Amino acid sequence: MKQYDIVIIGGGPAGLAAAISAKNAGVSDIMILERDESLGGILNQCIHNGFGLHTFKEELTGPEYAARFIAKAQEMEIPYKLGAMVLSVSPEKVITYMNKQEGLVQISAKAIILAMGCRERPRGALNIPGFRPAGIYSAGTAQRLMNIEGYSVGKEVVILGSGDIGLIMARRMTLEGANVKVVAELMPYSGGLKRNIVQCLNDFNIPLKLSHTVVGIDGEKRITGVTIAEVDANRQPIPGTEIHYDCDTLLLSCGLIPENELTREIGVEMNRVTSGPNVDDKLQTGVEGVFACGNVLHVHDLVDHVSSEAALAGENAAAYVLAKAETESAHKVTLKAENGVRYTVPQTIDVANMRDSVTVRFRVADIYHNRSIAVYYGDKKVMSRKKRVLAPGEMEQVLLKKDSFKDYPDITEITIRTEEA
Amino acid sequence: METKNLTCIGCPMGCALTVTIDGDEITVTGNTCTVGANYAKKEVTNPTRVVTSSVRVCGAAIARVSVKTATDIPKNKIFDCMAEIREITVNAPVSIGDVIIEDCAGTGVKVVATKNVAAK
Ligand SMILES: Cc1cc2nc3c(=O)[nH]c(=O)nc-3n(C[C@H](O)[C@H](O)[C@H](O)COP(=O)(O)OP(=O)(O)OC[C@H]3O[C@@H](n4cnc5c(N)ncnc54)[C@H](O)[C@@H]3O)c2cc1C
Ligand code: SF4
Repeated sequence: MKQYDIVIIGGGPAGLAAAISAKNAGVSDIMILERDESLGGILNQCIHNGFGLHTFKEELTGPEYAARFIAKAQEMEIPYKLGAMVLSVSPEKVITYMNKQEGLVQISAKAIILAMGCRERPRGALNIPGFRPAGIYSAGTAQRLMNIEGYSVGKEVVILGSGDIGLIMARRMTLEGANVKVVAELMPYSGGLKRNIVQCLNDFNIPLKLSHTVVGIDGEKRITGVTIAEVDANRQPIPGTEIHYDCDTLLLSCGLIPENELTREIGVEMNRVTSGPNVDDKLQTGVEGVFACGNVLHVHDLVDHVSSEAALAGENAAAYVLAKAETESAHKVTLKAENGVRYTVPQTIDVANMRDSVTVRFRVADIYHNRSIAVYYGDKKVMSRKKRVLAPGEMEQVLLKKDSFKDYPDITEITIRTEEA
Repeated sequence: METKNLTCIGCPMGCALTVTIDGDEITVTGNTCTVGANYAKKEVTNPTRVVTSSVRVCGAAIARVSVKTATDIPKNKIFDCMAEIREITVNAPVSIGDVIIEDCAGTGVKVVATKNVAAK
């Protein structure tokens, strides 16, 4: 069985950034396995602009952002395989993949970086009885059909869910001549970025109906209309508020979930909130030498954060392979998310062996005004940052410096919470 | 005198802006910082957008190559620009930055490719 130092599963922005930094850190024996026919991941279909403001200080489209990392990886001669679908990963780090040229192949790795991205929440979101006629797509599928495969998806459109993909597709379909009648969102707020609400909906006078959901679908072969209704505080439809729209297409944009079938198989501990694995400050999962980054770890809205997170995973995987890293954890501290903070990544920090600083990323549970984000070491508040607004759609982060732990040699828990300012 | 309501996209605050236009006099309220004021002024005097789309590509493994306007164009030209983009077919190979349309909808702005597409 062929053995590699580092095998990276997924050739999207996370996999590419991880590979580049692992190689920069001194490991050359790398293999990226990508199931698609091209590198770049989901960015290949995200043809809108707004990528890379943090990394490159300019606004790129998805394919342009991906191309920069692909070019870099190729220039550094990092090996990769396309059309290579990973089928299983064992705790002993044996990877089974399949591709056309080689058939079924088993390889092993000293370290593995999981970078499989995420996929859209399936139709379960559409919790209504009745037919499932043609013309109902997830927003991401519609995006791929239009932007890569060149199909026209529909003319009269209703969108359920106001996540970023739904918003982007509302504009995209409008530009292609479709009539997007309404975007209905179950929650009382949109999970999408403000900028997308303004530039994808307001620009084209597309109404956004918050606290609304689809209660009826017409049509047997092809969808001919949908009925939406307002929901109450318990998200139950309120009788009498129904509005009917004639349409030939319904797009569902109901959120993303990390693609973690392989991760579960390895037997690492998973996180209920993120649906990704639990990791320490090195982005290492519960199985030593298995790292995770990008959307497979937790869903990101900005690719820049994906790239920087993945670079860290790559560097740490390299250090693990070169055995520079301390493997024995001397002082493991658990991060607790509380009072409006839904989760943190990482979930633990090895204070004794950490770098100079670690970025802790998290999301809040609701829209909050004038609250602060507080960090406690044990029960001592060590940091508090006032925020005028916090929103579930925008990932937050705090930086914890190694120095800051000097005076807290015995803590076992760090708490991150929101507080009334 | 005319008033318009806008949402600032400068940061996640998303301040609700009210713009009052009185001849040459433009006043902005509701903004928390100057970014909001500048944004609102631009939006009511000269709103612009970068348009992104895709065009047919022949002789490649994929059916479409993505494109964008090289810089932002006036907002009211978006649909004219799209009408021209929709008519275009290109042949692979295509490289990022290749000019697809020299002057889109009389804006003087180029439409360029945003994806590398190899010939099959
Ligand atoms: C529709 C949409 C719009 C977005 N808009 C923006 C934006 O405007 N600005 C911004 O900054 N960010 C945006 N993002 C976010 C950003 O693009 C993503 O966070 C980023 O692409 C995630 O990178 P990734 O590498 O983790 O995942 P992906 O890009 O999904 O890459 C994962 C890769 O792993 C491969 N893979 C999965 N399973 C296997 C397997 N078993 N074997 C082999 N390969 C496998 C997949 O084929 C894929 O290529 C958007 C995301 C989406 C989905
Ligand atoms: S006005 Fe300032 S604070 Fe308000 S949304 Fe715009 S940039 Fe943010």
